[in-house]
Amino acid sequence: MPGKGALAGVKIVDFGRVFVNPNTAMRLAVQGATVVRVESHTALDLQRMARPYKDNMSGLNSSGSFTGSNNSKYSITVDLRKPKGKELAMKLIRWADVVMIGMPPGAMEKLGLGYQDARKLKPDIIYFMSSQLGNYGPYSAFAGFGNHASAMSGLYSLTGWPDDEPMGQYSGAYVDATSPRFGVTAIMAALDCRRRTGKGQVIDQSQLEAATQLLLPLFMDCAITGRVALRSGNRLAYASPHGVFRCQGEDRWLAIAVLDEREWRSLCRVMGKPGLARDHRFATVEARKKNEDELEKLIGEWTGAHTAEQAMDWLQAAGVPAGVVNNGKDLFDDPQLKHRGHFRFLQHSVMGVHSYSSPAYRLSKTPDQQFPAPALGEHNEFVLKDILKLSDDDIGDLFVEGAVTTDADLPEFKALA
Amino acid sequence: MQETSHSENALAPYRVLDLTQGGCLLCGKLLADLGADVIKIEPPGGDPTRGLGPFYKDQASPERSLYWFAYNTNKRGITLNIETEKGQELFRRLAKTADFVLESFNPGYLDNLGLGYAALSEINPKLVMTSITPCGQTGPYTGFKGPDLITWALGGYLFVVGYPEKPVWISFPQASIQAGAEAAGASLVAHWHRTQSGEGQHVDVSIQECVTDLLWNVTEYWDLNKTIVNRVGNAWKTAHAVMRQVFTVKDGHVALLLMGGGGAGMVASDKALVGLMDEAGMAPEWLKTFDWVHEFDTMKMTQETFDKVAGPIAKFLLTQTKERLFAEAIKRRILVAPANTVKDILESPQLKARNFWVELEHPELGETLKYSGAFVQLSETPIKIRRRAPLVGEHNDEIYVNELGMTKRYVTTLRKAGVI
Repeated sequence: MPGKGALAGVKIVDFGRVFVNPNTAMRLAVQGATVVRVESHTALDLQRMARPYKDNMSGLNSSGSFTGSNNSKYSITVDLRKPKGKELAMKLIRWADVVMIGMPPGAMEKLGLGYQDARKLKPDIIYFMSSQLGNYGPYSAFAGFGNHASAMSGLYSLTGWPDDEPMGQYSGAYVDATSPRFGVTAIMAALDCRRRTGKGQVIDQSQLEAATQLLLPLFMDCAITGRVALRSGNRLAYASPHGVFRCQGEDRWLAIAVLDEREWRSLCRVMGKPGLARDHRFATVEARKKNEDELEKLIGEWTGAHTAEQAMDWLQAAGVPAGVVNNGKDLFDDPQLKHRGHFRFLQHSVMGVHSYSSPAYRLSKTPDQQFPAPALGEHNEFVLKDILKLSDDDIGDLFVEGAVTTDADLPEFKALA
Repeated sequence: MQETSHSENALAPYRVLDLTQGGCLLCGKLLADLGADVIKIEPPGGDPTRGLGPFYKDQASPERSLYWFAYNTNKRGITLNIETEKGQELFRRLAKTADFVLESFNPGYLDNLGLGYAALSEINPKLVMTSITPCGQTGPYTGFKGPDLITWALGGYLFVVGYPEKPVWISFPQASIQAGAEAAGASLVAHWHRTQSGEGQHVDVSIQECVTDLLWNVTEYWDLNKTIVNRVGNAWKTAHAVMRQVFTVKDGHVALLLMGGGGAGMVASDKALVGLMDEAGMAPEWLKTFDWVHEFDTMKMTQETFDKVAGPIAKFLLTQTKERLFAEAIKRRILVAPANTVKDILESPQLKARNFWVELEHPELGETLKYSGAFVQLSETPIKIRRRAPLVGEHNDEIYVNELGMTKRYVTTLRKAGVI
């Protein structure tokens, strides 16, 4: 067993599906926890069927969407509806410190693997459930995708242009990507509590409730004044200029966020128009807010004559907050992300060498332990033999009964999107 | 989850010194909500975050910032000028017994004051110190100014949202809030290692990387397909079509996932939606017998097909309200949900049933204010929002006098000298 990383020795069984739960488990796996991902050929994780595929060739072991949320884990394929499959899941629960569930409320209970069942197998288990609206309540049965969670959480209403309709974030699924941070925090706190008190517990993550944390002051303002905050493009009420400006080249942009008068004067100097800072239309933030359309046009004329990279360097050197609007390719070339070693190129057993994002933080003494995402069932033998210590005979029975699924159980592969 | 008695808070034994600002304050808030003793340390006169709106009844003043209120619940607050020698000495005294120090200053700022990780870990080797900066502690962007819009751009999220004509961010700044949430988990990961080894460490959080981390599959698209993901507005882009996902209803908008082909749940949802339309007499005959598996296969579908199908659906949705449609969606398993406003969420029956919102007294305002509740429900150690954000220097006596054992007179001297 690997014994490195901050979470070395922590054992997790991940019954998740599609993004939030698998991504949460991955964050713990990368830091050294041993995470067994339970999947099956008969009920494929939709993320395995999602683009982008390696070289555009769809296949259940070639989705970059899957690898991005499931690296550093061990994959075992279990049919939970088969008696021996359920027994196997129970063995994994007994082995684990943390059980993670990313299925609609009630699904694990139906399989006889709910919290009360798990607790009988392991009284101090930490049982983490993540769902869009929480495990109970009148709407808890809603089973949607990340774009639904984001829409329900108010994020759509706050994205886009004034007088236009609300806008989805990337893929619509912002809240899918924000929920795992809150899940990690909750699980780590529960683990520490268990270490001190010996008590396990059940954690009910409502992705909506986690997402409220991203907008807290707006709820307070609405409750006090009745004001409903909505989308305002890229502008901020208290700052100007604050926006995105077109630069030389195709679809090239620079973000500029001027937060005080000194930055404003520096911006004017860098643009070669120091007089603008004294122009009555732009001399104060109030004046700039009033004439913001005109101001943005002037700045756009300047940025349009330069590359985003060049303009950013000039502005940052002069103390003006500015940043290239990096696209998917730019991120790989970004000097800072390169310096951080953000992208790692790891050898996947089917896809070959491809990129993985590192965690967003570095630990000074216990570096993370990232390894490639598993092919479907890649670690069946490892999990059964080395983790659960099953005999060869028992393992044989599992395959015979179909409790451990194989490629033979696979329905015709259908790419999702 | 009302099944057992509760002994203590999940993080009850730990003390956190919180020097962060802006959205990074969420880190300390999450730890405080989980029961840690979090002491927010502000410069005399108050933290710059107190200047962030919205403000209570639009009264812009340091004790009226709703931003401050929201991200500092459950914390205590003291003032301390760490730019003075005496202030540094006091901070070191506090850090000696602290479990966590959280900070979001520019790289090098605390080092220059003799309060960086190198210095603090010498007096407290078990300390977990978490630093949140725009782009990380070292590297070519170290000196960059990185307010939210800039890290949102550098991290790559800005590029992919909006119409093709122009990128757009989320109108309530998100980047540093995301980093605050990430930093809470990261601090606890480092803490776990400390419980196993006795060793503290430095946690270096990059806001830029926290933003990149939200991207789902954008970087994989480049790496695997050499495709640059671009903006498609309110839609899902597939191989041959741009599939609209926001639709207008009577009282607002909804997010509808209209897909077919491989996903069984999706075909079932499509059919259930047509069933609902049919009951209202609004389903065209051809749509009732439409082959969602083959004709609406997401991989092959053309724009023409999508638009043809979306037409009558959009027309039907205009007759619906968010609430009624969502009730049907739950019952019939239709993949549609309301695009809620902040107000809709405040009134949500689901959140009400889960007792989500809490009221906290603000004696200084003579009022009780409504707060968002627990970010997660823990059965044994439930989160309670029990304390409103501190006033400037509210707990100076409690901490300097009661805990550090100073005389009230000495505290007054420190105050007059501008140390606290």
